[in-house]
Amino acid sequence: MDEKRNIIRIDGYEKVTGRAKYCGDLYFDRMLYGKILRSKYAHAKILNINYEKALEIKGVHGVVTSWDVPGEKTIGAIRFDHFPFATDKALYSGDGIAAVACESEEICDRALEAINVEYEELPAIFDMFEAMKKESPIIKEEFDSNILTHYPLRKGNVEQGFKSSDLILEREFNTQFVEHAYIETEAVIAVPGEAKDCYEIYGSIQCPHSTRKGVARTMGVPLKNIRIIQANMGGAFGGKDDSMTILAVRACVLAKKTNRPVKVVYSREESIIDTYKRHPYNLKYKIGVSKDGKIQAMKVLMYADSGAYLSMTPFVTWRSVVQATGPYEVENVETDIYGIATNNPYTGAFRGFGSPQIIYAQESLMDEVAEKLGMDGVELRRINGYKQGSTTASCQKLEGHKVSLMEAMDKVIEKSDYFNKKEEFKIYNAKSERFKKGIGLSCSFRGCSLGAEGTDATGAIVSVQADGSIYILAGLAENGQGLKTTFSKIAADVFGIDVSNCSYLPQDTGFIADGGPTVASRSTLMGGSAVKLGAEIVRDRIKDSVKKTLEASSLDDIVFENGKVINIKNKKEIEFKKACEIAYFDGKNITAYGWYKAPDVYWDEEIGQGPAYFTYVYGSQIAELTVDTWTGKIFVDNAYAAHDVGNAINYTGTLGQIYGGVVQGMGYGLFEEVDVQDGFIKNTNLDEYFIPTVKDFGNIYPIVIENPDKYGPSGGKSLGEPTIELMSSAINNAVSNAMGKRFYKIPIDLETIVTGKQLKRKQKRGSEA
Amino acid sequence: MIIHIKFKVNGVDYDIKTENNKRLLDVLRDDLRLTGTKEGCGIGECGACTIIMDGEAVNSCMVLAGRANNTEIMTVEGLEKDGELSTLQDNFVKMGAVQCGFCTPGMLMSAKALLMKNPDPTVEEIKEAIAGNLCRCTGYTQIVEAIKKTGEENR
Ligand code: FES
Ligand code: FES
Repeated sequence: MDEKRNIIRIDGYEKVTGRAKYCGDLYFDRMLYGKILRSKYAHAKILNINYEKALEIKGVHGVVTSWDVPGEKTIGAIRFDHFPFATDKALYSGDGIAAVACESEEICDRALEAINVEYEELPAIFDMFEAMKKESPIIKEEFDSNILTHYPLRKGNVEQGFKSSDLILEREFNTQFVEHAYIETEAVIAVPGEAKDCYEIYGSIQCPHSTRKGVARTMGVPLKNIRIIQANMGGAFGGKDDSMTILAVRACVLAKKTNRPVKVVYSREESIIDTYKRHPYNLKYKIGVSKDGKIQAMKVLMYADSGAYLSMTPFVTWRSVVQATGPYEVENVETDIYGIATNNPYTGAFRGFGSPQIIYAQESLMDEVAEKLGMDGVELRRINGYKQGSTTASCQKLEGHKVSLMEAMDKVIEKSDYFNKKEEFKIYNAKSERFKKGIGLSCSFRGCSLGAEGTDATGAIVSVQADGSIYILAGLAENGQGLKTTFSKIAADVFGIDVSNCSYLPQDTGFIADGGPTVASRSTLMGGSAVKLGAEIVRDRIKDSVKKTLEASSLDDIVFENGKVINIKNKKEIEFKKACEIAYFDGKNITAYGWYKAPDVYWDEEIGQGPAYFTYVYGSQIAELTVDTWTGKIFVDNAYAAHDVGNAINYTGTLGQIYGGVVQGMGYGLFEEVDVQDGFIKNTNLDEYFIPTVKDFGNIYPIVIENPDKYGPSGGKSLGEPTIELMSSAINNAVSNAMGKRFYKIPIDLETIVTGKQLKRKQKRGSEA
Repeated sequence: MIIHIKFKVNGVDYDIKTENNKRLLDVLRDDLRLTGTKEGCGIGECGACTIIMDGEAVNSCMVLAGRANNTEIMTVEGLEKDGELSTLQDNFVKMGAVQCGFCTPGMLMSAKALLMKNPDPTVEEIKEAIAGNLCRCTGYTQIVEAIKKTGEENR
């Protein structure tokens, strides 16, 4: 690695010494512990909750239910349909019914056992297709059907397109529920404030401002009464958004009831049972191609299991509809996606956000089409893949940024020696009976930031001190991805100083404006731009103050470099520190707010057309693996990942994002699955829900491509999510390359490899449960 | 039941009264407020709670408090000496082995236990030693590199 580009993580010191405080590590005076009682049924009416007995236990300070929620009973990022405490009904097995605040967690357990809830079990629906039947009961009263969302996309005329095709292929794919499995489980401490009806909430909260909205709404107080302070985050991957609002509300209601700080830390089991998962999808693809490999038409029909709550289903499925046909030029497209309510655990945001499912399907399909046409998948992708100026399914012309799909593919092919390996493996497989080797590729494009999902703007405060050291405070949060370091680097670069001069303050809704959620890989692009703008404002003020000292005739002659402020005309220079001191004594405000609003985007919901995102990123990954056909074990020997990141501002962090995303992608393709049976999760801890260990794969080769983007700070854009979305299809293609057989479902587990099907019992219909 | 245990943690002698049903993890975190050691699963699967007990890496969520009596324990807080990071810690920071940092204390202790016995381990030996430490962020690669480099610097 280029040593110069290695910047040291600014929160590294506290994290390797054990000093970094995560929410679970915080203690407050008179603090109580809280725990949640969850539903016994996947769907039931709550007739009565009797907690008299619990209150008699020594050390129990309070029990709360929906009755104790002083404001509105619901929260929701998109629609207010989610009850932190089930009010009349429990809609899934993780629904909270009551909560207790006690002197210890152990007393909490006893208190929960002493609560008696009378239920009336209702028929439950666990299957999306059953939920869509006319005769099925409606699960969520506030909706008029179990179809919660529908996004269509129409372009050209698909029937015409299929008519002019030489080959038509129809395939159905299925994906699974997946758990985020951040190593830190959810934690919150709600502390009653000094002022009346005010609360401070500390927590592993991914989007403090969203959580604040939910807490203020349910507590029935103005936003200013709630201060959310983000503790260090032990990973989020999209998973600590509305789930944390739910938890924060529960803790806050307990704090109100007891008038004491209340800490709630979910056990791993609670974390898995309570919080949202990645949406399982059913995807039906129909594709028509001409003999020469040009795609003529694509018809895509998808269903996403939303579970019991809406959560982020609209935005997740919207991204799917925008990107469903992949990075390919297709004249005729008809896509529909439906989000369906069931009594399963609810689903929501998860790194990738509606892309891993579709990419798995569409990239597997591309290889199969190529096979049928007698060409390599790479060739088919070259024919149809996006190039500069290509048009997307929603008729957006790809311009204003470098369309680097071909570059990503070429680089990953070269690095992996794809074509030679294919030949080698053919020879190997002909000789080897038990072990088979394969190699597979996939590629993608991805819209950056929120796109037409919603308002896209964010802010940052850059506060320069008189001695040249700097505080940065931004509206987006460090979730472990290295944002503090990246933002500090962006500011440091504006001032021409080393990043070690910067400190990043914890996110606190009391001090920084609502800058939207830390999602959609938007931090570098959006937050980074805000930091840069803020820093530039301060830089210009400093210039103004030192103009005299440097005898500069124009501010444009002053540059900030290597810790110095220099007049490039007369070569006069002063230390950056000195310049800050001059500006300070000059009475200049050397703190500034940078605010960045994304360029406008637009979407026509009726026909699914429009420029969905203002810029895109491109990537391609290759998996090279060995299948043990006796045991079904698949081992990825080598994985290659090429991603255009615009500019790798934090190079070490960029590599880390790629390694981490690729490994999560392997888990997604190979063995991760939340086993939901009749609405209840069977694998509730990490002994049964497997995430990859260091021994589960071979080597990963990251390839960083940098085509600076005019919208990003110093050209940087998104990376977090693209890295996870490609591996499952690359693996699927590699497995079929190895075995000469295709699979249509992930995870591609051992049984499926050996027997061709999954050895799992079928779900009961809810009515028989 | 209240029990009385004596042990050494990071070179400091402790003589404490605690409950016999507590896990060593709880004693470290709640009683001693050494919160560097984390809990990720509570069932011995994730390694976030790894500490070194009499020279061996153990999951402190699987050890009852009483077992710690008369032992010598090292936690992540014991790695830094006189305000200076150890080479292992320094390499973790420099080489990108830390993202969210929640697995980091456990990773460091597994690595430290390995290096105490085997100062310059191979990649395979490193993987074996941290196979019980789950990390959801880093994809492990930079962690293995940081441990490897520390070993090389021990040569
Ligand atoms: S908390 Fe001890 S191994 Fe996970
Ligand atoms: S750095 Fe986040 S779990 Fe390892």
